[in-house]
This record gives sequence, structure tokens and C-alpha cells, in this order.
Amino acid sequence: MQVHLAASFDEALRVKGQHPDVVPIAGGTDLLVQWPAAHALHERAWLDLSALGELAEIRFEDDAVVLGALVTYWDVIQDERFQVLPLLPAAAATVGSVQIQTRGTWAGNIANASPAADGVPVLMAYDAEVTLASTAGRRLVPLADFYHGYKQLETRPDELIESIRLPLRTHDFEDFIKVGSRAAQAITKVGMAIAHSEAGWRIVANSMAPAVCRCRALEQLVESGEPVDSPDALMAGIRADVSPIDDIRSTAAYREKVFSRVLYHALLPFCGSFS
Amino acid sequence: MAESRLEICFTLNGAPVTAQVSLRHRLLDLLRYELDLPGSKEGCGEGECGACTVHLDGIPVNSCLVPAWQVRDREVVTVESVVPGDIARMLDTGATQCGACTPGVVMTARWIEANPQLLERFTTRQLMAGNLCRCTGYDGIIDGLEPPPDAEDS
Repeated sequence: MQVHLAASFDEALRVKGQHPDVVPIAGGTDLLVQWPAAHALHERAWLDLSALGELAEIRFEDDAVVLGALVTYWDVIQDERFQVLPLLPAAAATVGSVQIQTRGTWAGNIANASPAADGVPVLMAYDAEVTLASTAGRRLVPLADFYHGYKQLETRPDELIESIRLPLRTHDFEDFIKVGSRAAQAITKVGMAIAHSEAGWRIVANSMAPAVCRCRALEQLVESGEPVDSPDALMAGIRADVSPIDDIRSTAAYREKVFSRVLYHALLPFCGSFS
Repeated sequence: MAESRLEICFTLNGAPVTAQVSLRHRLLDLLRYELDLPGSKEGCGEGECGACTVHLDGIPVNSCLVPAWQVRDREVVTVESVVPGDIARMLDTGATQCGACTPGVVMTARWIEANPQLLERFTTRQLMAGNLCRCTGYDGIIDGLEPPPDAEDS
């Protein structure tokens, strides 16, 4: 096992460029789980980003908020400026417990690419863009286009996430709903983030597909203004957008059914009706 | 680049420490097996139970999820820093039975005590949600952390 301790982000980018196999690590809340048994990881080389203060900054600009790659859930929960993006602190508060929230980073949640990630859906519902950096330069990728399948990321091997950019818009509706086995320390069985602004509807699902994803058929349905008279009327859209599976935490049938009902009730004021 | 062991300096319970840390050690391993501070317990080893809670730069973290080399130049406070009289009310409320969770419970409790403004936004139960206890049913722990009922009420 080897560890690269970069003194600056530029140095970290050089290391990642020269050794594309290194595992970048920030808070470690995913990578260190059951560490004594994680033999394959013991053989890897690591790139420690945790000491790079330049990545820990939260910057509010006129029309956007920029989260550096080391910004944690707890940073956002504590910062009252995030009242303008209320889904962020709401989702952050459902991740693990305080001890996880103080270490886990938003960028790490993106990079870990769990289908059950709770930070990713709210970022995606707010049209977040990810700044990917390498020694060759920077590029901005919409988070909604970041995943190409289960743990398949847009990132090139020489790139690191530098920051996450969220446009500041006025939302007249936004919600984050997590269905887990209990209130704290639960991994999501069914989750969604919903937001409406002048940019239109955003409906994002987690634990419902190989990666967190926007539900474009459902967004179009709601955008159309066509009345939806029952949760089952959402089912065609759900089946077009997501593909839940049976796993240790839940079943495909449960996920589909609960997703349709939770979404229906969230959207009731806009397009639903009890017939 | 470093191989297998790395020399790091950090502050431990207020005193400067230099240690040759194994790259495979978590902070919990460093404390328990290298620095002779076995107060922090390993419960689940995956960040659920909170028995290994320590303060890193003043905030509670699970030491089972922190690589030891990440604490270089940082400040670590463990349950060994607790002195008699800290969290004294917990002694009277049945906050501990088997004791496995207690070191972590105490460390989260001390963080809440040191940051009373947290209670303006969160309940004690929310802040303590990362410390699992299989004995007490939690009421004894919560009672030990909240202000005692007024004399008139009792």
C-alpha cells in the first residue's frame, strides 16, 4: 500500500495524471467501511485530498453556489445560506449520523456513484454541474450526464473532481423524500428529489436504477399538465425512466409501488386528482 | 510517496505526538494498538455504531473510518481526556449498562455540551443518532444529557 500526500491540488492533479490508478480519498466514509477485510484496497495506491484546504471552500456567487470537493454534509447543514437551496441540508441530514455527516463530502458522494446516494439526487434536481480537472485543463459536466451505468462515471482516469456548481434559481416547489428502514443510519430503499423552477420540472430517483438519474418521462408528464388520477397512472413513466432491482434492502416490486405513491402524493397539488 | 509506514505529527488530547503510523491503520487502530489508548471501542467497523467516536479538530467522527495518516497536523481528542465530573449526570440516569457504547456516547455528549447552540436547531436525540446502544433503550442516555427537571416539577 502506498499513499501520496499532495501539498496542493495542482500536485494532486500531477499525481493522478502520472498514476491514474490511485484512489482519491477525502472523508473516507465509503472507502473505509469494513477496512480490515478490504484486502483488494490495501494493495492500491492512495491519493489523500483531505488536507487540501483550497478544496474546502463554499463560494456564493451572484447566480451560483460553488462547493469545493472537500465540502462536507455538515458544512452545508450548519451554513444558513443554504436556505436558498433547502434540499441540500435536508438530504445531508438524512445521511448516516453526525459522525458521517462531518466527514462525508458531496463530491465523494458523486464519485462513489452508489445508486442509493442521498446527496446526488438533490444536486441533480438543482441542475448541478461537476468541474473535472486534470493537468490538461478543466471541463464542466452536467451531473445529470455524469453516470453511464452502474459505477460508470464520465471522469477520465487522469481527472479529479474539483468542485460542484449549482445555479441559484427561484424554486416554487422542491422536495426530497427518503424511504429507509428507520430515521437515522439507514440506506435508502426508495428516494427522490423534485424541484420546479423556470427551468422546468426536475424529478430525480435514487435506489431505483443502476445510477441516480433524472426521470425525463415523468418530468414531461408533469410538464404537460395532463391530470394524473392515481399513482398507477405514473407507472408507465416510471417504467420508462427507472429499472429497480431486488437486493438486500428491498424488492423491485416494493420500490416501484412505493415510488409511484410517494411521487403521486408529492405532485398532487400540481397534476394529481383523487378520482 | 511513502511505503508501509509514515511519520506523522498531530495533537492528541492536547499534547503533541509524533508517530510512525502503519499505512493500513485506521485512527482507531493507531489509538488502541500503537498509542495505548484503548478507550475508543470497535463495535461495527463500518461507521454505524459510534462506539469509536473521537473528536477530530473539535467535531465528532468515527475513528474506524479515518485512515491514521489523515490525522497529520490535526487535533485528536479521545475519551481518555475525560475527567471525573464530566457528564456527571449520566451516572445518575442509567445511561450506561454494559458500557461498550459509553466511550462514544460520552464523546458525542461532550461535543454537544461544548456547543450548546446545536440544541437550538437539533434535538439531543438527533445529535446522538450515531451512537447505538443495545442496553439502555436510550432514555437514560438522553435524560443524562438534558437539563435536570426543575425542582418544582419533581
